[in-house]
Amino acid sequence: MAKFQISRRKFLTSASLGLSGIALSGCDVFDSGLGIGGGLRSFLENANGLTWRAQRLLAGRNALAPEFTEADIRQPQRPNGVTAPDDDTYKGLLANNFADWRLEVTGLVEKPLSLSREQLQNMPSRTQITRHDCVEGWSCIAKWTGTPLSLVLDQAVVKPQARYVMFHCLDTIEQSLSGDIKYYGTIDLIDARHPQTILAYGLNGNPLPVENGAPLRVRVERQLGYKMPKYIHKIELVDSFANVGGGRGGYWEDNGYDWYGGI
Amino acid sequence: MDTVANNHSAAEADGKDTILIYRQSRWTRLTHWIWAFSLFFMLLSGLQIFNARPQLYVGKQSGFEFNNTILQIGAENTANGPRGFTEIFGHRFDTTGVLGWSGPSGQETPRAFPSWATIPSYYDLGTARVVHFFFAWILTTTLLIWLIASLVNGHIHRDLAPRVSDLRKLPRDIVDHAKLKFHHTREYNTLQKMAYGGVLFVLLPLMIVTGLAMSPSMNSVLPWLNEILGGRQTARTIHFTVMVLLVLFFIVHILMILAAGPINELRSIITGWYRTDPPAKHDQPTERSA
Repeated sequence: MAKFQISRRKFLTSASLGLSGIALSGCDVFDSGLGIGGGLRSFLENANGLTWRAQRLLAGRNALAPEFTEADIRQPQRPNGVTAPDDDTYKGLLANNFADWRLEVTGLVEKPLSLSREQLQNMPSRTQITRHDCVEGWSCIAKWTGTPLSLVLDQAVVKPQARYVMFHCLDTIEQSLSGDIKYYGTIDLIDARHPQTILAYGLNGNPLPVENGAPLRVRVERQLGYKMPKYIHKIELVDSFANVGGGRGGYWEDNGYDWYGGI
Repeated sequence: MDTVANNHSAAEADGKDTILIYRQSRWTRLTHWIWAFSLFFMLLSGLQIFNARPQLYVGKQSGFEFNNTILQIGAENTANGPRGFTEIFGHRFDTTGVLGWSGPSGQETPRAFPSWATIPSYYDLGTARVVHFFFAWILTTTLLIWLIASLVNGHIHRDLAPRVSDLRKLPRDIVDHAKLKFHHTREYNTLQKMAYGGVLFVLLPLMIVTGLAMSPSMNSVLPWLNEILGGRQTARTIHFTVMVLLVLFFIVHILMILAAGPINELRSIITGWYRTDPPAKHDQPTERSA
């Protein structure tokens, strides 16, 4: 997918333009200052905090995302991002049909958990037909089945100082000079405890396929697709994400997307 | 509050017997320029956002296994090398150099809208969203402030509200515009009222509403919104269409200002003061078209 080439493309674009000495046309005058950490960008990003607070105020804790009917399921769920993890650990787990896979629940919890697929599937489940909205602009409706995240959190007993749920994933999303970067992401406890936030293992009545995140992905129905990590193997309760990755709360956030993906 | 009591101030001694009047309140002038500034950034960041998925669909979702695409901008390999195309309702046009395939000679890349039309100039969806949502707040807030101010100071009632007489004047107004005959009066003419009213009360609110309809969080607050609009992807298509209409408005707006006398028109939207035609001319419409 084109997503993997953003930094390379940026580099190639600027390098080629610079080398050719072409007078840059049009809107490149606005390019400087808009990089992550730049003063102008940080100022403009205040609006995202405003959006987050405004939508939290309006939507509250429990307002539900629209759900659809079976008739609205007109196509397979479109896969995006990593669709076939090349990681040895993942391939080993897949070869054994995830019999050795465990979901670790760690961090700021009273009772750390290690759940097998069977244990998760034996917990009460929720099935919902919802619309997946990608940040790129497309939408796709599918039926998701999974364990409400709130039940898992209750079982692990979240400590009061915990503020975010961090999802650790098995797939390498980027190979950088400083090593492989595995996908990760965070949501706050309001979204984590939302009734439609489920750890999905089923899609359209079948086991979750590899391209959609097998064996487990999260659904956060009031946010965009990049806030719903796939190939999850660990859930960590944290009070801050400042020291993880680029400190912005997720892989795509570190690459410029907003932490709050509700719009 | 601005005073309009003695707005018929002294005619300037230019021998033409024209009258300078105070036409635009500070609220109108200030909000006008904030909108102009905001819309510029919203357009260019919006085109960047569109580039991430340069297709428009009708309905609740995007058709991957079925076809509900009504517009697509893309690039394809042909015998003559890569070409850019734009496809609208199944009709395909070669738009190489601008839409689909563009860039400096020899360094063209596949991109829907060209580098010069997007912020940032390179592909960067995340940054475009930051810019877009920042100015969305500015634009919406300004529209709200303008609405309140214009209700209070009478701008809407006095200048924008359509009257029966506007309908009567419409045919003549169209002919006058077609002949580029402009009457400089305190009042807006019928076409002006329709254009400004259409932008302020139809296009901009529709832009805000369809923008909110694309937000998954707002969908949980206003679940009926997308049902009214015909689905999230239809909302996105309307959002894009309104953008095209706003760009068309901008082009006509600028052309009309150039034709009607840019100095006078600019002065009124910067200082508020506008030079009107001599009163005698108002009273004798037949003379105007002579």
